[in-house]
Amino acid sequence: MASQELNVKASGENGSDGISEETLKIIQKQGTLGYQIRKSKTSYFMLAPYFFLFFLFTVLPVVISVFFSFTDFNMLELPTFVGWRNYIKLFLEDDIFMISLKNTLIFAVVTGPISYMLCLLFAWIINEFKGVLRAVLTLVFYAPSICGNAYLVWNLILTGDRYGYLNGILLKLDLINEPKLWMQTEKYVMPVLIVVQLWLSLGTGFLSFIAGLQTVDKSLYEAAALDGVKNRWQELWYVTLPAMKPQLMFGAVMQITQSFAVADISINLAGNPSVNYSGATVVTHLLDYGSTRFEMGYASAIATVLFLLMVGSNKLVQKLLRRVGE
Amino acid sequence: MAAEYKKKKRFFHRKQKQLNRSVAGNTLLFALMIVCGVFMILPLVMIVNNALKPLDELYQFPPKIFVRNPTLENFSDLFVLMNDSWVPFSRYIINTIIITGGGVVGHVICASLAAYPLAKHKFPFKDILFSMVVLSMMFSWTVTQIPQYLIISVLHLNNNYAALVLPAWSFGMGLYLMKQFMEQLPDSLMESAKLDGASEWQIFWKIVMPNVKPAWLTLAIFQFQQMWGNTGSLFLRDEQLKPLQFALQQITAGGVARAGAAAAVTFIIAAVPITFFLICQSNVLETMTTSGMKD
Repeated sequence: MASQELNVKASGENGSDGISEETLKIIQKQGTLGYQIRKSKTSYFMLAPYFFLFFLFTVLPVVISVFFSFTDFNMLELPTFVGWRNYIKLFLEDDIFMISLKNTLIFAVVTGPISYMLCLLFAWIINEFKGVLRAVLTLVFYAPSICGNAYLVWNLILTGDRYGYLNGILLKLDLINEPKLWMQTEKYVMPVLIVVQLWLSLGTGFLSFIAGLQTVDKSLYEAAALDGVKNRWQELWYVTLPAMKPQLMFGAVMQITQSFAVADISINLAGNPSVNYSGATVVTHLLDYGSTRFEMGYASAIATVLFLLMVGSNKLVQKLLRRVGE
Repeated sequence: MAAEYKKKKRFFHRKQKQLNRSVAGNTLLFALMIVCGVFMILPLVMIVNNALKPLDELYQFPPKIFVRNPTLENFSDLFVLMNDSWVPFSRYIINTIIITGGGVVGHVICASLAAYPLAKHKFPFKDILFSMVVLSMMFSWTVTQIPQYLIISVLHLNNNYAALVLPAWSFGMGLYLMKQFMEQLPDSLMESAKLDGASEWQIFWKIVMPNVKPAWLTLAIFQFQQMWGNTGSLFLRDEQLKPLQFALQQITAGGVARAGAAAAVTFIIAAVPITFFLICQSNVLETMTTSGMKD
């Protein structure tokens, strides 16, 4: 590629016979990769600071991690290469991984879409309000994401004796006869975690939708009203959503990274390991191997599998989102 | 030229009147917001109440949410503990300003600068670079932490603010967010500026950035939360370099006797990002209002 480009460049400078030949050469010259790169010099300068750090602190660590996934590495001795053994063990011998994979998929399929819709719904409703009320409402709904004590609240609510708020209310209403050990009973763990996860869902996506709604060109609404859009629901589907497609895409990716990586709520409410691994997710499993057992090779293999899972679902979701507003 | 910029800046103007809105619909939505809002604000209510509770109420069993005899004792306890600290407390505050401020400002600038060409220019390798950023967010952070630590050690950045600040400049989410918002800007906005002789850098600062103000204010909120929550204990060894978050968490780790001060700490740890959030969020709204009024 490089030598061809040089040739073209050299002949381009000398050749001055015949316009058509000249033009042809210029076109040829512009077609080469080198020319395009030189032409976009400013673009690359703008990219440089971010991508230099990005390659150094993100891409390189990911590459190293993927390499670790093919090794046996305990963080004290040098890694030893073991080929596909970690992956084989993961899928054929590790029963708990299968439980955690199942739970993670439940989280992704149930909380993923619902959280996403909630973010959009509440951002859109808040956008209907004005002034101080609006700023206050935004804070109220973002409070669980910014306060950092969400688990404390839920631990109070879910306490297993009769002083837990949930038990207290249910006992008072005579719906149960004795207090229930919510987080120590296998069948309650996943449903409760799903509810808490939904309660926590108004985070990154929510705020970016609020900002996105601000940038929708307002003249579009007037035009739509003239075109026969009759109520706010039609307006939402035909005007607002198509206009904020970039934010919808962003929200979807953030949602995927969050719903597949559920771990903190499980560890804080159900513990790690949870009763009979009923609250285990792929990331709690990963943390178990990575930070408790120091089996970094195996943990890296889990991370790689999780990564592929997210990439796959991202492809699917992006395909669905292209159809918004049609 | 300046006039032209101004005119273009106002491309997004405020909604003049409420179209397509019914009173019944408004009432319904407002009622829904109140019901849900009560559940969402619980943690905030709890933090404020706990910070005002005297010790006996903090240890009351079963615990109550609301405080009965509010007091500021917890805060005075906290200040006494702060004065006793081995490193002057102002040092922790300065460290936090450097780490959080540096992380937020640097990231917003780096990410926006890189997002602009990715959103609006055509050049080789563009798609690959962008999808690498999006995909990087899907790789578990827990695992990459160890290689990252090795890289930072090799670069001798250990025990230096840079170990926290520089990686933060290249987080994936910021670039993605900024790129998505910049993509929405109509190309005519940049083309007319280019015809007026503006360089790419001028276009970026004077046209693109003001028009995506809601985006970078939102990004600043995310990044602030991220940086503020970092105790830095992985990379910073010297006590003189550690941020406020670390010092405050040390106080709460003091056990039963410090429960009051700990409640005050929880309040401060939440209050700072909330203040930042409110400043940014009200500016997200303000941009739109002022640009509308100039019409």
